[in-house]
Amino acid sequence: MSTVVLQHVAKRFGETAVVQDVSLEVADGELVALLGPSGSGKTTLLRLIAGFEQADGGSISFDGEDVTARSALDRRCGMVFQHYALFPHLTVGENVAYGLGRERLDAPAQQERVAEVLALVDLDGFEARAVTELSGGQQQRVALARALAPRPPVLLLDEPLSNLDPSLRERTRRELRELVRRIGITTILVTHEQEEAFDLADRVALLHLGKLEQVGSPEALYRTPATRFVAGFVGRTATLHGRVVGSADGHLEIDAAGIRWRATGPAETKGAVHLLVRPEGVWVDATGTLTGIVRGRRFAGATTVLTLLLATGEELDVAVEASEVPIGAELRIRPSGIGAHAFPDRDG
Amino acid sequence: MNRRLAGWALLALLAWLVVEPLALVAIDAIRIDGVWTMQSIRAFFVERNEWRAAWNSLWLAVVSVVLGALIGVPLALATRLVDFPGRRLISALLALPAVLPPLVGVVAFLFLYGESGVIARAVMAVTGAETPPWRFEGAFAVVLIHATTMYVYSYLLVRAALASFDPALLEAATALGAGRWRAIRTIVLPLLRPAIGNGALLTALSSLASFSAPYVFGGGFRVLPTQVVTTRLNGDISVAMVETLALVALALVALLLASRLGGPGTRGAGKGLAPAPRGSRRPVRIVVGMLAWGATAWLLLPHLALLVVSFVPIGAWSNTALPSAWTVGNYVALVAQPARWRPFGTSLWMATLAAVVAAIVALSVAVAARDPRQRLSRTLEAALALPWAVPGTVYAIALATMFSRLQPSAGRFVLIGTLWLLPLAYLVRALPIVGRALVGAIRGLDPALDEAAASLGASRWRAFRTITLPLLGPALAGATALAFVTGLGDFMTSVILYTYDTRPVSLEILGAIRQGEIGVAAAYGVVLAAVSTLAFLYAERSRRLV
Repeated sequence: MSTVVLQHVAKRFGETAVVQDVSLEVADGELVALLGPSGSGKTTLLRLIAGFEQADGGSISFDGEDVTARSALDRRCGMVFQHYALFPHLTVGENVAYGLGRERLDAPAQQERVAEVLALVDLDGFEARAVTELSGGQQQRVALARALAPRPPVLLLDEPLSNLDPSLRERTRRELRELVRRIGITTILVTHEQEEAFDLADRVALLHLGKLEQVGSPEALYRTPATRFVAGFVGRTATLHGRVVGSADGHLEIDAAGIRWRATGPAETKGAVHLLVRPEGVWVDATGTLTGIVRGRRFAGATTVLTLLLATGEELDVAVEASEVPIGAELRIRPSGIGAHAFPDRDG
Repeated sequence: MNRRLAGWALLALLAWLVVEPLALVAIDAIRIDGVWTMQSIRAFFVERNEWRAAWNSLWLAVVSVVLGALIGVPLALATRLVDFPGRRLISALLALPAVLPPLVGVVAFLFLYGESGVIARAVMAVTGAETPPWRFEGAFAVVLIHATTMYVYSYLLVRAALASFDPALLEAATALGAGRWRAIRTIVLPLLRPAIGNGALLTALSSLASFSAPYVFGGGFRVLPTQVVTTRLNGDISVAMVETLALVALALVALLLASRLGGPGTRGAGKGLAPAPRGSRRPVRIVVGMLAWGATAWLLLPHLALLVVSFVPIGAWSNTALPSAWTVGNYVALVAQPARWRPFGTSLWMATLAAVVAAIVALSVAVAARDPRQRLSRTLEAALALPWAVPGTVYAIALATMFSRLQPSAGRFVLIGTLWLLPLAYLVRALPIVGRALVGAIRGLDPALDEAAASLGASRWRAFRTITLPLLGPALAGATALAFVTGLGDFMTSVILYTYDTRPVSLEILGAIRQGEIGVAAAYGVVLAAVSTLAFLYAERSRRLV
């Protein structure tokens, strides 16, 4: 088990800076998710940690030991590839034993370890099966067992669930979380799905265009987004144009859409701002001073999200309990006091 | 148009052109002057010469396969997995023997290693010897030619397999602690087994069918294809047919052996990106690069000799290491002298006609055999591939037999001695090349495209003309170019079927050598090689556009 520390890691492919100045500390036994849209550099960052790519700048250390100059061969990270990369000509047992130094299962110690990790992923007795005849979920677990067998210092997962059916994904996610917690191995996971990252990770590192936007618990990312990108990427928001009129007890006072809002935001923010408002940021209230016309509705289980057209021409989402409000109806709303985040509008 | 009916019509056409001639050969082997007899078969098994030719063919094939793989597989691995300077150029140069006509390769060897070749002359100039230091002849010469030209099958197939190799497999092995050699030994080579097996099959078939090398360099070393021709020239038609059958039998054994070499192939579940050459350590890159450059230079040296000789005036090179005078006269002669130009013109129109008709037939077959689940499709495909498994010499003899008499009810006409037999032979030899490319290309097309066209009101003909044909265009053009090249440089069917007035360029090359006009022969060879290379490059470019 070990800690992983990245300091000012950078990587270019030709002219493109794919990863820029990323610093990140992953504690012993912690599970961190690298989250971001495609092209954000998250997979490259994972490959830099594994040693498949060499960093152009910065340093990477495992457990206080600088491994920046080491090849993937010498880093021995446990890696689960997006498409698993199981060796198709070897059996399940031979695949799992590969990292134990040989592909044949002759030494009793190896057999024991193989059986042990296969039991860990609920594949007891699968040693002699061909990997090509397994289901997608079973292949994923073999890949996990193979990565864990040599007792690596770090476990790296590249979109581990993206190749599974949606019906299987949730169960596998739960099993994966329990397994990793039980072993207590330091784990770094790449995903582009916010729900997956939030469900699995202790902390989420959000990447955008090769830069780290924010690192924190899922709650922190949602409640106090550090940048406009984070606020827009995590959860659903609508954007209003506003202006800072004051501040009080750590919050900003914003004028937008003709009313006063209370919002989080970088201190010292002045002048024009983008105000990002989540569906829970407004309530339907007959005494509200803001009116909107219902333009669309989206069923979301316990709640329904209505899209309102404001007098300013801007749109705003509001979450309501099961409602029969028809399209075209006029609603009165008011800010709820949470779920509004302001960021400087550099153009305004 | 009824697709099934068209399919059967095509099958009948292929049966007439491919199957019936071969069947006639089989019958001729056991029927002399209208009487069924085992006499010729007995003669084959009793005669020591016959046995020796069969045995020679067999061990030559085995040695060619082993040496070809030993040269081709490491070169494929080196050019795919290690990033050394000039890697791309080397990769392309190494593929050249695949398209150069076998006879040109053989002539190139003659000019390099032969008793009056560049090396022999150099040795004579240094030692002052009056006579050539060696005779480049016999089994050793044939083995050398086979190994240094047929490696290309292992090379190309292994390269192609590596292109679809999931690079994550190598990364997984690395992360699990496997070094480069262990990863190659335990992951790469086992997964390349099907490609290596197919390379071995192609090498074995080419070696069994090889005619030019044993014909020119064999001396007393007889193999079945040359033995067939000799026997036939001696008038022993029936025994020649038995020898032909023996050759087909050996080819079938090779096919059977190869079909047992199955395996999961190189495709992992990944995206199948070509692995980028890995960031090897510097010493590895330098050593591998030097070895690859050296091997390439050695393999292409004969063709360099061919180029050098083509600029030597007749009689201007006797006992010096390098010729004393240079000229472009040999090339001028090809164009300026009608007698020299005519064979070229003959080969050009014959190869063009054969390639165009082969393309039309193959296109029709591809359309009819589009659905691989239908038995008719599979039968058509097999019939199309059949000429590929039959040695060219055998097929030439089969055609000569088939079209030696008039029997319209059996589809037999007298074509022997006319100028139509050679284009027909080229056509059938070209069918597998064009056919495989087109069947593959049409099956790669999304069937939904046709359905979309139909839903938009296009008739089947309009959908074919406006959607399928344009999408197949590049594959069609590329495959036709390759078919043209095989006809243009053909020697082994031509030598059996030609008439003096319609002699193709390959025979003119041999004729020029016999008359001592080696510069002219070399010039022919260089032009053939150049045209073949251009057609190959065009085909490659077309394939990439698909």
